[in-house]
Amino acid sequence: MTHPMPVPFGAAPRFAPIRQTRVLPGFPLALGYTLVYLSLMVLIPLSAVFIKSASLSWPEFWAIVSNPRVVATYRLSFGAALLAAAINAVFGLMLAWALVRYEFPGKKLIDALVDLPFALPTAVAGIALTALYAGNGWIGSLLEPLGIKVAFTPLGVLVALVFIGLPFVVRTVQPILEDLETELEEAAASLGASRRQTFTRVLLPVLLPALLTGFALAFARAVGEYGSVIFIAGNIPMVSEITPLIIITKLEQYDYVGATAVAVVMLIFSFIMLLAINLLQAWSAKRTGRNR
Amino acid sequence: MAVAAALNERPDARRYEANAATRESPWIRRLILGTALIFFALFLLMPLIAVFVEALRKGWFTYITALADPDALAAVRLTLLIAAIAVPLNLVFGVAAAWSIAKFEFRGKRFLTTLIDLPFSVSPVIAGLIFVLLFGAHGWFGAWLFERDIKIIFAVPELVLATVFVTFPFVARELIPLMEAQGREEEEAAVVLGANGFQILWRVTLPNIKWGLLYGVILCNARAMGEFGAVSVVSGHIRGLTNTLPLHVEILYNEYQFAAAFAVASLLALLALVTLGLKSLVEWKAAQHAATDA
Repeated sequence: MTHPMPVPFGAAPRFAPIRQTRVLPGFPLALGYTLVYLSLMVLIPLSAVFIKSASLSWPEFWAIVSNPRVVATYRLSFGAALLAAAINAVFGLMLAWALVRYEFPGKKLIDALVDLPFALPTAVAGIALTALYAGNGWIGSLLEPLGIKVAFTPLGVLVALVFIGLPFVVRTVQPILEDLETELEEAAASLGASRRQTFTRVLLPVLLPALLTGFALAFARAVGEYGSVIFIAGNIPMVSEITPLIIITKLEQYDYVGATAVAVVMLIFSFIMLLAINLLQAWSAKRTGRNR
Repeated sequence: MAVAAALNERPDARRYEANAATRESPWIRRLILGTALIFFALFLLMPLIAVFVEALRKGWFTYITALADPDALAAVRLTLLIAAIAVPLNLVFGVAAAWSIAKFEFRGKRFLTTLIDLPFSVSPVIAGLIFVLLFGAHGWFGAWLFERDIKIIFAVPELVLATVFVTFPFVARELIPLMEAQGREEEEAAVVLGANGFQILWRVTLPNIKWGLLYGVILCNARAMGEFGAVSVVSGHIRGLTNTLPLHVEILYNEYQFAAAFAVASLLALLALVTLGLKSLVEWKAAQHAATDA
């Protein structure tokens, strides 16, 4: 992408350069509408969080966000999200591999159902997982005799986060895997590499950026997840309470400032993740020669 | 993204399995496939089946009664209304954003694309919170709205705003890569032939992007109808008035009316299945469309 002339972002379109390439009509209208709608619906509302929290002094802000009960929720939300994303990276890669490399009955159906967590409302996922993993559920009743309680414990949070994160990994790795030239592996094999060496030395380096992107997407989504978690978590303070729930609890007590302070912490994390994901995608595009 | 990706034909897996260099030993193949399928069944298939089994646990009569309940019907109406407002708003935005980003060069383009994706990385709870901060009783515009007796918080406008926020990027992020891949030659040819802006959009661009557009709308609609966190914060949970279907599920569930909760949930699960079916159909159509064009 080349920029013939530096123009600040958001400048009025009439100052815009490279007039000669603009044969098509509608640029000022389309960009103007995009910027206005984006500002009204997303940017201005989001800025409300930061402006509201600015009414707090730094010690007040710190006292809210470092309260032990709030810190316990970070530990659970971030810890479980990280673990869930890691589980998804391993099993999501296997699922993507199976969908691209193997023929098996029902493959088309399974491929379509991988997107279920995107399409199924989170509240429905939440009560369904709770029904499955509760002590009297299909899976819970098998685990309970082994002394493993899933529903209403932090483990339940993990299960819900694995559910919602799975498609992110599969859908970022799958297209890269489909695009891989078989020549790479043929060359590796002809040079005497074992299948394991081909995977770790040839395939994994190409897949790694996409795998990390999927991991980061699943992680970012899981940290903010609410609907699928609250039913299965049990929501016991200091034990199985997630950060988004703390925000809701504070709102219900009309503690708007407290809710906003915790929201600021989560938003800053989201922005960092967004940046990281963009960098990962750029890395992935560079390594595979594929545009996003 | 998915429709743009579908334009590349999918290689047949048999190609890999027939090639000694790209196939695993039978037991590794069995291990990977088995693990993947067990994981799929545990985390995706069983929750889906559980919804329908739990919904019908107390028989068809309870199922039908739960769905015919006036509060449930009010929730259906409200959910349809919200989607009917939010989806077209984001559809128009998506076309405008994709037109400016994919067909023109300007500085800050990548940054703008990132900003459009922003709502996806914000927790739904925060999406609800920001509108409470703006329009709630103690919010910026709260007092002003209260004086004029305009109800936004705990009412339909707020539910729509929160839904628009969480479904904001769907159509745009689908169209941007698709329109970038298509380039601008066809539109430029239309300009040379004397077409005006509206004619170009209607006769050239929209027919070219129709599958991508439909794909984005399907996903946007599914999220709009199923959104829970954001809507839960702003709704106030007033039965029959500000209760969407997902919120109705929560209320029934918290009242230990499990069969009724799962009955309503099964409606949303059916919606999800229809969404996935349409999505696969659109991907297939788009691939076919691309094949006949080539």
